[in-house]
Amino acid sequence: MKFAVIVFPGSNCDVDMYHSIKDELGEEVEYVWHDTESLEGFDGILLPGGFSYGDYLRTGAIARFSKVMKEVVKAAEAGKPVLGVCNGFQILLEAGLLPGAMRRNESLSFICKPVELIVENNQTMFTAEYQPGESITIPVAHGEGNYYCDEEMLEKLRANNQIVFTYQQNPNGSLADIAGITNEKGNVLGMMPHPERAVDGLLGSADGLKLFQSIVKSWREAHVVNA
Amino acid sequence: MLSTLEPNPEQIKQEKIYQQMGLSDEEFAMVEKILGRTPNYTETGLFSVMWSEHCSYKTSKPVLKRFPTAGQRVLQGPGEGAGIVDIGDGQAVVFKIESHNHPSAIEPYQGAATGVGGIIRDVFSMGARPIAMLNSLRFGELNKARTRYLFKEVVAGIAGYGNCIGIPTVGGEVQFDPSYEGNPLVNAMCVGLIDHKDIKKGQAHGLGNTVMYVGAKTGRDGIHGATFASEELTEDSDEKRPAVQVGDPFMEKLLLEACLELIQSDALVGIQDMGAAGLASSSSEMASKAGMGIEMNLDLVPQRETGMTAYEMMLSESQERMLIVVKKGREQEIKDLFKKYDLDAVAIGQVTDDKQFRLFHKGEVVADIPVDALAEDAPVYHKPSKEPAYFAEFQEMDNEVPQVDDVKDTLLQLLCQPTIASKEWVYEQYDYMVRTNTVVAPGSDAAVTRIRGTRKALAMTTDCNSRFVYLDPVTGGKIAVAEAARNIVCSGAEPLAITDNLNFGNPEKPEVFWQIEKAADGISEACRVLETPVIGGNVSLYNETSGTAIYPTPVIGMVGLVTDLDHITTQHFKTSGDLIYLVGETKAEFGGSELQKLTYGRIFGKAPELDIDTEKERQQQVLAAIRAGVVQSAHDLSEGGLGVALAESLFGSEALGADVSITGNHVTALFSETQTRFLLTVKKEDQAEFERLVEAQWIGEVNDSGVLTVTNEGQTVVAAPVAELKAAWRGAIPCLLKSRD
Repeated sequence: MKFAVIVFPGSNCDVDMYHSIKDELGEEVEYVWHDTESLEGFDGILLPGGFSYGDYLRTGAIARFSKVMKEVVKAAEAGKPVLGVCNGFQILLEAGLLPGAMRRNESLSFICKPVELIVENNQTMFTAEYQPGESITIPVAHGEGNYYCDEEMLEKLRANNQIVFTYQQNPNGSLADIAGITNEKGNVLGMMPHPERAVDGLLGSADGLKLFQSIVKSWREAHVVNA
Repeated sequence: MLSTLEPNPEQIKQEKIYQQMGLSDEEFAMVEKILGRTPNYTETGLFSVMWSEHCSYKTSKPVLKRFPTAGQRVLQGPGEGAGIVDIGDGQAVVFKIESHNHPSAIEPYQGAATGVGGIIRDVFSMGARPIAMLNSLRFGELNKARTRYLFKEVVAGIAGYGNCIGIPTVGGEVQFDPSYEGNPLVNAMCVGLIDHKDIKKGQAHGLGNTVMYVGAKTGRDGIHGATFASEELTEDSDEKRPAVQVGDPFMEKLLLEACLELIQSDALVGIQDMGAAGLASSSSEMASKAGMGIEMNLDLVPQRETGMTAYEMMLSESQERMLIVVKKGREQEIKDLFKKYDLDAVAIGQVTDDKQFRLFHKGEVVADIPVDALAEDAPVYHKPSKEPAYFAEFQEMDNEVPQVDDVKDTLLQLLCQPTIASKEWVYEQYDYMVRTNTVVAPGSDAAVTRIRGTRKALAMTTDCNSRFVYLDPVTGGKIAVAEAARNIVCSGAEPLAITDNLNFGNPEKPEVFWQIEKAADGISEACRVLETPVIGGNVSLYNETSGTAIYPTPVIGMVGLVTDLDHITTQHFKTSGDLIYLVGETKAEFGGSELQKLTYGRIFGKAPELDIDTEKERQQQVLAAIRAGVVQSAHDLSEGGLGVALAESLFGSEALGADVSITGNHVTALFSETQTRFLLTVKKEDQAEFERLVEAQWIGEVNDSGVLTVTNEGQTVVAAPVAELKAAWRGAIPCLLKSRD
């Protein structure tokens, strides 16, 4: 399976995403610069964390206009797995690939620490390797991770099982403790915690590895004969 | 046009306008002699910034000469953007610390942010990839609203810059004392990684080669910042707010990536950050170091504002700019490289061979100065030095053991002292994990960052107990280095080298200059014995508010090498049943201790003694035991002594407790700050091998009681639930920050 790590000016978790795929997962991966006009040949799209365009405006608000985003939308429509982490999640919200919006953390401060998540839905291409209700440790590092959507949308997210991860102890004020959601089709996942920072026990947790393994497994099942 | 308002040479001389820029009458006379004429306004400005203490070290040079700077592993000592130390396999570590004290006192968020930005540029200008940031901060007591504001904003500024640019802030220290109330200290350290073959220098070699300006445009911000940094803060300092620059970490992220791409190009000849004194210092230093001259046409400098004068452009300290020298004829490929990142890269001049520094603006020569005069020939002052009266008085005092009625209560109070209390509130605002190499996060003795693709890692720390330096600068200077090395050793690494940030008061006061000299002597001796040369650093003088100096604070930034990931050790106790050992004897030493400050509200007496040879021997023993795999946890004993160290070692888990027995005076045993001590734990099966390697006293055992129990000859001295101690320690700083008065 071949992944693209999209690099916007100001992305800074691109390297972590790249090494997770290459070193820990052993799959193919390439950096793709924001002005690229085609994502052909890539099976999975990763939008890493960071501060695209400095995030001086609303987070992700400028990055969504990058040339490559048209291709990301196409890939999502084609059913390819699209994962946005942290700033990547914020960009997916701005691009309309996921519903809702991000506000500043309730504390108004940036927060970086490992947090406990609950896997609310393991029936997705991103979470199939987890147990339902499994508790996993994944770090967060953000200033704007306070997820919000209206009542009606929240009901919809719940009804469609789009809420994939929740926080055990809410670090940022996020609505309904939401840490990660998918689109209706289930092939676009946005999450504030960083699974790519939890792929090697040496650094504290390897609980994020199963997320990437889930993507690969689901892709193999769909694409490789006799997988 | 503004330039027409500039005073002419005659006015500068008659009205002594040079004095406002920081030049003395004698210095101005020297300038006239060098030039053979009276300097114009731009030239006067150039001399004033280049000859400021901040750029020329004119006062501190005689002291800095005492430092040992060479060593087998040293690839680059002081004099370039940052020092470089070999770590094997063709790799090297690059690091430097720098202060941004005065800007942070006036505009704490931007002052701290641009301090971070500046030191990062120093590291990548050497060709290195910055991999970690540390800092060392000092504030007044948190019971003042102004101090809380400074503290919160400085932390936010460091976080704002470091998080955005994506370099993890992995460690540091924060201390609080009234002496820093009006003059906080903000020292930032950057550590980078480089392959030997990629090392670049800030030198303008090659007649006819092209001088290019890259990065952000020049504005009027930060003009005379270096001069401002070389004066005392006064009540009028707020008016100097325009001398504080504004940072743009996004711009610097682009500049960083572009420059690291540029390093790989053979078109590049030299590169230097435009830091203090901006274009003036980078251009003159690059030419001077290469033995060449330089010519620049200021009309070509990218400008953010209209009508800028030559004086303003040369002295601006606008951020996120670099000066590079490239081979003639290769300019276009450099422009293309920077274009990818939407950055300016503009040819503004060329390297000459006449050793002159020549500037053109609007068709006129606006400066024509021998370049060495600017960059090298600043006067050097040997300031008078005098032992302050307090020193002899303190040395005469006996070591008095403070009265402690309730040991548990005292331990709780010590854990709540902001200097000892958990700094979680601080470091959780820093992204300490980005780039996914942080093996030991903030909160242990030293931070540890792995080097991807190898079994190696780097340990790093910043340290200085300025109370000890104040009481006795020679001993305090030694302690600062020794403690840094102890922290490095406790994490499983071998100390490599240091960078130092000498934060002192006004050196024109003989008592302050005495502190500088003596502290430098102490640092030098410790560095020689511990074989950790000084590979670079920064001097920040004039840290005074309305005539009162800060405690002398020579911050030591140290980096160590972990030769195998298996050696990485943290301070936290690991498993019930492990044996607890104390390395080093304990004496009644309370001068400058946390307990003394808590008991009397002030510090006095003698600093703890330090025998640097014993220090070295014990460090070697501890490191040998760690490398042999027989140490479970290692913690240096510092503020608050054994009592605090035991508590901190238990804060890593919810369930562990410890049973410890002490002898003699329990206040001394628990709270004295005698140096050269370690707290180690060892698995029972490793006891024999451990005792063969390390001279240590067995003082107790880790258990799963969740209680810290200390007994003295059968009598219980403390029995404190770890949860209670931890809650107090974690809650102290957030609680102080909530105060509304």
